[in-house]
Amino acid sequence: MAGIALRRLLGALPVLLIVSLITFALLRLIPGDPSSVIGGPSATADQLAQIRRNLGLDEPLPMQLVHWYAGLLQGNLGRSLLMGQGVVEVTFERLPVTLGLSLYALVITLVAGLASGIVAALRQNTWVDQLAMMVAMLGISVPNFFLGLLGIIFFAVKLGWLPTGGYVPFSQDPWEWFRTTTMPAVSLAMLQMGLLARITRSTMLEVLRQDYIRTARAKGLPGRQVVVKHALANALIPITTVIGIIVSLLISGSVVTETLFSIPGMGQLLTQAVLNRDYPMVQGGLLLTTVFLVLVNIMVDICYAFLDPRVRYDGK
Amino acid sequence: MSLLEVRGLTTAFRTERGEINAVEDITFDIDEGEILGIVGESGSGKSVTALTIMGLLPQPPARVAAGSVRFRGETLTGMSEPRLERIRGSGISMVFQEPMTSLNPVFTIGEQIMETVRAHEKATPRELRDRAVEMLDKVGIPSAAKRLGDYPHQLSGGQRQRVMLAIALACRPKLLIADEPTTALDVTIQAQVLDLLMDLRDEFGMAVMIITHNMGVIAETADRVLVMYAGRIVEQAPVVRLFERPEHPYTRGLLECVPTLEQDTERLAAIPGSLPEPGRRPPGCRFAPRCRWRIDACRTGLPPLVEQEPGHASACIRAAEIAAQIGAA
Ligand SMILES: Nc1ncnc2c1ncn2[C@@H]1O[C@H](COP(=O)(O)OP(=O)(O)OP(=O)(O)O)[C@@H](O)[C@H]1O
Ligand SMILES: [Mg+2]
Repeated sequence: MAGIALRRLLGALPVLLIVSLITFALLRLIPGDPSSVIGGPSATADQLAQIRRNLGLDEPLPMQLVHWYAGLLQGNLGRSLLMGQGVVEVTFERLPVTLGLSLYALVITLVAGLASGIVAALRQNTWVDQLAMMVAMLGISVPNFFLGLLGIIFFAVKLGWLPTGGYVPFSQDPWEWFRTTTMPAVSLAMLQMGLLARITRSTMLEVLRQDYIRTARAKGLPGRQVVVKHALANALIPITTVIGIIVSLLISGSVVTETLFSIPGMGQLLTQAVLNRDYPMVQGGLLLTTVFLVLVNIMVDICYAFLDPRVRYDGK
Repeated sequence: MSLLEVRGLTTAFRTERGEINAVEDITFDIDEGEILGIVGESGSGKSVTALTIMGLLPQPPARVAAGSVRFRGETLTGMSEPRLERIRGSGISMVFQEPMTSLNPVFTIGEQIMETVRAHEKATPRELRDRAVEMLDKVGIPSAAKRLGDYPHQLSGGQRQRVMLAIALACRPKLLIADEPTTALDVTIQAQVLDLLMDLRDEFGMAVMIITHNMGVIAETADRVLVMYAGRIVEQAPVVRLFERPEHPYTRGLLECVPTLEQDTERLAAIPGSLPEPGRRPPGCRFAPRCRWRIDACRTGLPPLVEQEPGHASACIRAAEIAAQIGAA
C-alpha cells in the first residue's frame, strides 16, 4: 500500500512541473501586467516602470521563472501583489471554504448518484429508471450556473427558504453555513451526480449479469444481501476510479459556483487574482490546488487497491 | 412422493420474435439419493430446466408458462422469493458450468462458504469457521484452514469448482443440481472432480441431478437418464437399459459417438445437421429432419412420450420397431 502511494507521488512530480510551467507561460501571454492594476489608471509611464522594477518584472522571463522555482524549493511561494499577504497564508484561508463546499457537493453527489444509479439498474426499463436517467441527463446537460440561478429564483426569492447568497463560515455558525451552502452545493453537484448515476447504473447492470451473482442467489442469500454486498462490492471498483475525476470536476466547477453565489473560496480568489494579474497568487494558488487534487487521486488509487483483492495482491 | 416432482414444465422466453418455449412439457421425478443424468446437445434446454427448478431465471424475460415443480411436497413454481431463498442453498443447491467466474472475486473463499451457512442456520463465528474448514477439507483442498483467507483468483479452475461444491454442500442439501460441473476443466481434473462428486454423494446421501453433454459421464455416474432434444424429453430410462436398448434415434446417435470421458458429444459425428433454434422448430417430431428412420407420419404431430416398459419411455412413433431391431442384432 505504501509502495503504491510512493510510486504515485513520484509520478505526480512531472504533472506539477508541467502545471506550473503552463501557468507561468499563460499568465505572461495574456496582455497587461500587475503594474497597471497597482498603479491605477492615473499612473505615469515612469511610475509603472518603477513598480515593475520593484516587482522584478523587468527581468527576463527565464530569470523570473528561476526565481520562482528557487523560492518554491525553499518553501516560499511569495506574497500576493495586491493583498500583501503570503500566498500560502491566503490559500490556507480560502481553500477550506472551497473544500467545504466541494465536500458537501461530493456527499450529495455520492448519495444521490449512487442511490439513483442502483435503483435505476434494479428497476431497469421501468418509469423509475427513466425518471432517474432523465434527471441525470438534465444534470449533465444543463450548465450548473443556470441551475443555480433557477434555484435562487425558486427557493430563495419565491419560497424564501434559503438565502439568495452570502456565506457564513462553518466555524462561526454551522447551521447558517448549511443554509448558505446548500443551494451552491446542490447546483455544483448536479453535473457530477448525473455522471455518477449513469455510470453506477451501467456498472451495476453489468455486474448483476455476472455468474457470481447467480451463485449468490443460488446459495439462498436474501435479495438485499445479493445487491448490497455481492453486486455493490464489485461495482464500486470501477466507480471509485471515477470518484477521483469527480472531485477534480467539483473543485474546478466551484469557480463558477463561488462567483455566482459570492462565496469567498479558491475559485473566487483565483478569478480575482487572474483579473489583477497577481502572478504569485495565481501560480502558487494553482500549484497548491493541484497538489491537493493529486493527493486525492492517490487516495482514490489506494481505495481501489483496497476494494479489489486482485490489485492488492499484484501490487505487493 | 418423490423428492422432486416436475410436471409438464414449460418455460418460455420473451424475445423480439415473440414468446418461445425454451423447454416444453418436461415431466420427471428424482427420488431421495438418486442420481439423475440429463443429456442432450447444446441448446436442448438442460440449463433452463435446472434454472427453472431453482427459480433463478430472470422474470421477465423468462416465465413458467405451464406445469409445476414440487420439492418435498412443496410447490416451488410461483412460490414467493423469500420462501424460495430458504430452500435454495439448503434444500436444493446448484453448481455451475463456469468455475472461473462463479465465485465472487472480492470476497475470500472462507467468507463465501460461511455466508451460505449464515443465511440458513444459526451459528457462532467459531462454528461458521469450523464448518468452512470442514467443507474445504471434504472437497479436497489441502491445508484447508490456511486457505480460508484466499481469494478466488489465487485458485486454479479445478480448485474453484471444489470450492463451489463446498459452498453447495455446506448446508447438507437434499438435492444437488450439477450443471456440466466439469465441462470447463482439463480432462484429468474432470475425472477428479467427478470422483469427488460421487464420493460426496455417498457421504451425504443426497440426490444429484447431473447435466452433461457427455455420455461417458452419464455411464459413470447416473442411475437414470433423461435425454433432451430441442426443449423436450425424448427418452427416459435407467442407465443400463438406455445403453443396452435405446429406443429413440437421437439417443442411438448419441451413443454411437464413442462414449468416453475424453470426448464429449457436443459435435455429433453420427447425427447430421444441427439442433433447430427454438423459433425454427419443424412441425411434427423435432428430430425428424436429422433422423435416419424418418417416415412421412413423423411430420405430423409431436410424438408423445410413451412408456414402452415400466421406467423406460421414449417419444418416437417407431420406438418399438427400433428396439426390436436392436434386440435382434
Ligand atoms: N435468456 C434467454 N432468452 C432467450 N432464450 C433463451 C434464454 N436462455 C436460454 N434460451 C434458449 O433456451 C434454449 C435452451 O438453452 P439452455 O441454456 O437450457 O441449453 P443447454 O441444454 O443448457 O445447452 P448447453 O449445453 O450449451 O449449456 C436455447 O435454445 C436458448 O436459445
Ligand atoms: Mg447449459
